[in-house]
Amino acid sequence: MNKYRFIGRSTPRKDALDIVTGKTKFAGDLSLPGMLYGKVLRSPLPHALVKSIDTTEAARLPGVKAVLTYQEVPDWMGGVPLHVRVLDHKVRFVGDPVALVAAETEDIGEEALRLIKVEYEPLPAVYDVEEALQPGAPRLYEQFPGNVLPRGIRVFGPHPLQELVTGDIERGVAEADFIVEGTCAYENIPNPLPPESPSVIAAWEGTDTLTVWPASQGPHMLKVTLQRWLGSINVRTIGSPVGGSYGSKYMTWQYVFPAAALAQKTGRPVKLCYSRAEHLAAFTVRLGSRLHGRVGLKKDGTVTFFSGDWLVNTGAFSEIAQGMVAVGCGEAQLAIRCANWDLRPQVVCTNRTPSGQVRGFGGQELKCALLPLLTMAMEKAGLDPVEFFKKNYVKPGDGYYWRDGNWWVSRGTDYAAAMEKGAATFGWREKWKGWLVPTSQDGERRRGVGVGVHGNADVGEDVSEAFVRLDPDGTATIHSGLAEHGTGQRSNICKMVAEILQIPLERVSVTACDSRINPFEFGPVGSRGTYAIGGAVIAAAEDAKRQLFELMAPHFGVQPEDLATEDGLVYVQGKTGPRLPWIKGMRYFGTCLGRGRFQPDFTLPNFMMIFTEVEVDTGTGKVDLIRVVGATDVGQIIDPLSLTNQLNGCLGSAGIDSALFEETVLDTRLGRIMNANMIDYKWRTFAELPAMEHVILETPLPSHRFHAVGVGEIAPSPGPSAVLMAVSNAIGVRLTDYPLTPDKILRALGKLPGAPGRGKR
Amino acid sequence: MTPTPVEPSCPTVTLTVNGTTHSFILGEGSHEISPSHTLVDTLRERLGLTGTKISCDHGACGCCTVLMEGKAVLSCMLLTVECAGKEITTIEGLGDTVTGSVDPLQQSFIDHTAFQCGFCTPGVIMSAKALLNENPDPTREEVQAALSGNFCRCNSHYHVLDAVLAAAGGANK
Repeated sequence: MNKYRFIGRSTPRKDALDIVTGKTKFAGDLSLPGMLYGKVLRSPLPHALVKSIDTTEAARLPGVKAVLTYQEVPDWMGGVPLHVRVLDHKVRFVGDPVALVAAETEDIGEEALRLIKVEYEPLPAVYDVEEALQPGAPRLYEQFPGNVLPRGIRVFGPHPLQELVTGDIERGVAEADFIVEGTCAYENIPNPLPPESPSVIAAWEGTDTLTVWPASQGPHMLKVTLQRWLGSINVRTIGSPVGGSYGSKYMTWQYVFPAAALAQKTGRPVKLCYSRAEHLAAFTVRLGSRLHGRVGLKKDGTVTFFSGDWLVNTGAFSEIAQGMVAVGCGEAQLAIRCANWDLRPQVVCTNRTPSGQVRGFGGQELKCALLPLLTMAMEKAGLDPVEFFKKNYVKPGDGYYWRDGNWWVSRGTDYAAAMEKGAATFGWREKWKGWLVPTSQDGERRRGVGVGVHGNADVGEDVSEAFVRLDPDGTATIHSGLAEHGTGQRSNICKMVAEILQIPLERVSVTACDSRINPFEFGPVGSRGTYAIGGAVIAAAEDAKRQLFELMAPHFGVQPEDLATEDGLVYVQGKTGPRLPWIKGMRYFGTCLGRGRFQPDFTLPNFMMIFTEVEVDTGTGKVDLIRVVGATDVGQIIDPLSLTNQLNGCLGSAGIDSALFEETVLDTRLGRIMNANMIDYKWRTFAELPAMEHVILETPLPSHRFHAVGVGEIAPSPGPSAVLMAVSNAIGVRLTDYPLTPDKILRALGKLPGAPGRGKR
Repeated sequence: MTPTPVEPSCPTVTLTVNGTTHSFILGEGSHEISPSHTLVDTLRERLGLTGTKISCDHGACGCCTVLMEGKAVLSCMLLTVECAGKEITTIEGLGDTVTGSVDPLQQSFIDHTAFQCGFCTPGVIMSAKALLNENPDPTREEVQAALSGNFCRCNSHYHVLDAVLAAAGGANK
C-alpha cells in the first residue's frame, strides 16, 4: 500500500505542458540581442602539424567578426590531465578544430570557413589500441610517451581507483576448477546521439565575467570546472532543458571553449550549435574497450580470480577516461564477488574522434567485455548464468574498492529476489536450454536467450546542495542547480518537497538553473538524482519546515515538534483545533530558508538485470530483438511513468542497440568516420520495437526518508552482453565482439569467409 | 539630375502559419527570405516558432515535422518558396486558439508522460496528428509505421504509442 500523497503516484511532469506545446526553450532555441554565430573549421587529416593558416580572405568577408587560429585563442585547456587546447598547432583526428569564426549569420560563417587556407604537414596515424602501444607508433602528445594517458590525477580525490589488484592470483588459480582465458571487446564506439546537438551561447560582461547558456547535463559543475580552469574570471552558467544527453553533455567544455573565445574576441554573445555531422564525427563517443582476461571458477560458481589487461581506447583525448576506468573497476566488483583480482587498465589515445562519458560511464564498457569472458567460464562449468549472478552479485555486508580508492561495504539489498522475479517473468527456465543451444528453431530462424547484469554504487556519489524557501502564501521554491535532461528529476524533487510539506504539487517550483542563485549541484549523473539530489532537497525542506514550526509554535503554545502542516495550514498533531496559515508565523515580510546538503555515500549499490530474447535469420544474418525484460529493485518508486520511461531507455542511446547495429564506422585508411549522418548511423525506429516489460521491486533501502535509489543511468548497461549471449546461443557459436551485424553472423556461421567463431555449429 | 525611380521588383512568398498569413520579401537581405531558406529556418528564425526543432537537418529524424495542408512534412527538406500559398500548422498551432486548451493528443502525451527530454516531442506529436487526421482509429502497428520516421533517443516510444492510441480511442467516444 502506498502511504504517500505524491511519491509513487503518477503525476504529470511539471514541464509537460511546455514540452507538448513546443514552448520549452532548449539552448538552440535561445537568442540574445547582438548575437553572432560561431563556426569551427575542422581538420580533414587524422594527424598533422598545422604549418600555416591564412585567414585574410575569410576575415575580409562582410559579416565576419572574428577568425581565430591557435595563435590567437586563449590558453585554456580541458581533459584529464589538462591537455586539450581550444586550438592547437597539431591536429589529432579528422574533425579536430583548426580555426574558429564568428559571423553575423550561420551562412556567412560557413562561407568564411571555406576561405581559410590551411597547410598541413601530415603525420602517420594510429587507430588500434594495441598498435598505439607499440614502440615506434605515432605519438599523439609529446607529454604522453607510448600514447598512454597518465593515471587519474585527482579525479575523484587523491587516490582514484586506477587498477584492481587484491588478494592472491596464484591462490585463485589453485582453487579454480575451471580456468578460461580469452579476449572480448566492445569497440564499436557508438554515439549516444541525443537529438539536440551540442549547443551553447557564451557572452562576456566586461572582461571578467563569462556567462554561458549551455546544453548541459551538469551546468553547475560546468561553472565550477570553468571557474577553476579559467582562473580569475567569474563564470556563470544558466542551464536550460537538455534535449537528451545520456551523459555526453555533462562536461561541455568542448563546445563552450570555442564559443567563449569568440565571444571574448568580438565582445558580443556567440552561439555555437554543432551540425549533426559534427555531432557524429567530431564529438565524444563511447570508450573503446578490449579485455584480455583470465578467470577461474569453482564448480559451485565461486569466482576464484580474475586477471587481465583492460585496454581503453579514448581516441584523440581523454575527457575523463581515467575517471571512467575508476568507476568501471569499482562496478566490476559489484557484478562478481571475487577475492583475487589483477585487472590492469591502460588508457590509450589514438587518432580518432575522442571518447567521453556516456551513460554506463566505464562500467558498461568494461562489463560488455568482462561478462562475455565470464560466460565462457560458466559454459565450461555448466552453470546457469542467472544462478551465477544470483550467487555473485554484491550482497549486503560485501565490500568493494570504489572510485575514490577506498573500501566501502554495502548496506543495500540482496537483489537475488529481483533476479528471481525477473527470470520468472521472462520465462528463463523454459527458454534457457544451455550454453550455445538455441531456445527454438524454425527453419533458418533460430531463437536464443541471454542475460546481463549491472549496477553502480554511485547513486550516492558527490555533493548536492539545495535551499528550500517557504513563502508566507503557502508556496515552496527549491533552489537547485539541477537541469532537466529527460528523467523528470526536476518534477520529482518537487514531489518530494510537496510530500514533506503536504502542499499541492502546483505550489512547489524550482528556480532557474542559474549558478548565481543556486548552491552547488553536481548534476543528475550516475543514477544519483533520487538519492543524492533528492537527499539534499529533502534535508532543505525538512530544515525549512522546522523553521516554520519554530515560528508557528508560539501561536499554539506548544513545542515545534508537536506541529504538522497540510495544504499550507499548521495544526497540533493529533488534536482538533485551530489550523493557522503559514503567514501567521512568517508574516508577510518573511520567508523560511531551509538548507540541505548531501554528502557522498558509496554504500548503496543499485541493480539492473536485463533478459533478452533474439531471433536470428541464419540465411541473412539479421538479428531481431524479440523481447526484453528488465528487473530491478528501486526501494521506492518516486514516479512510475518516469521510471518506466528511463528503463525503456535501455535500447538506444548506445545501450542494447550497440550490440545489434549501432556503431561509429571509422575508415582506417583515411581516419574518417563513414557514417556521420542519421541515415548511415543506424538507430531503432518506432516500427521495430521489441516487447518490453519491467519487474520493479520496492524493498525499502536505507537511503533517505523515501527509501529510494535511482537506476536510470544503469538501465542500458546490462543489455549488450545479454544480447551477445542470446545471439551466441541462437547460432551455437560464441561471439566476442559487437555489433552483431549480419556479416559478422554469417562469418561466424561459416557462410562468409573470415575469422570463424568458436563452438558447436 | 533626378534619378529615375526604379520600381522595386519585390517577389514575395506568402504562407499561412497557424492561421495567420505572412508575406515575406524574397532576397538575401537580413530581413528577407532567401530562396535557399528552408521552411524550418523561416518558422524558427523569422516567426520565432522554435517548437519546431532541427536535429539532423537532413530529412532523417522527423524532429522538424509540421503539417502542410494537414499532412506531415519535413520542414528541413522544404524550401520556404515551395510552400507559397500553403497552410502550415506547427506544434504551437495545435489546440484551440480561442480557449487556449491543448489538443486532446497533446493532453494524452501529458497524461502518459509520453516524452523524456522532450526535444523530439513536437515532431512526434505532429506526425501522430497527421496520422489521426487521415486515420482516426489506427492500430498500434499503424501508429508505429506512421512514426517510424521520428527519432526518439530517450526511448519514450512505448509511452508515445499508449498516448496516441488513447487519444485516438478518446476521439471515437
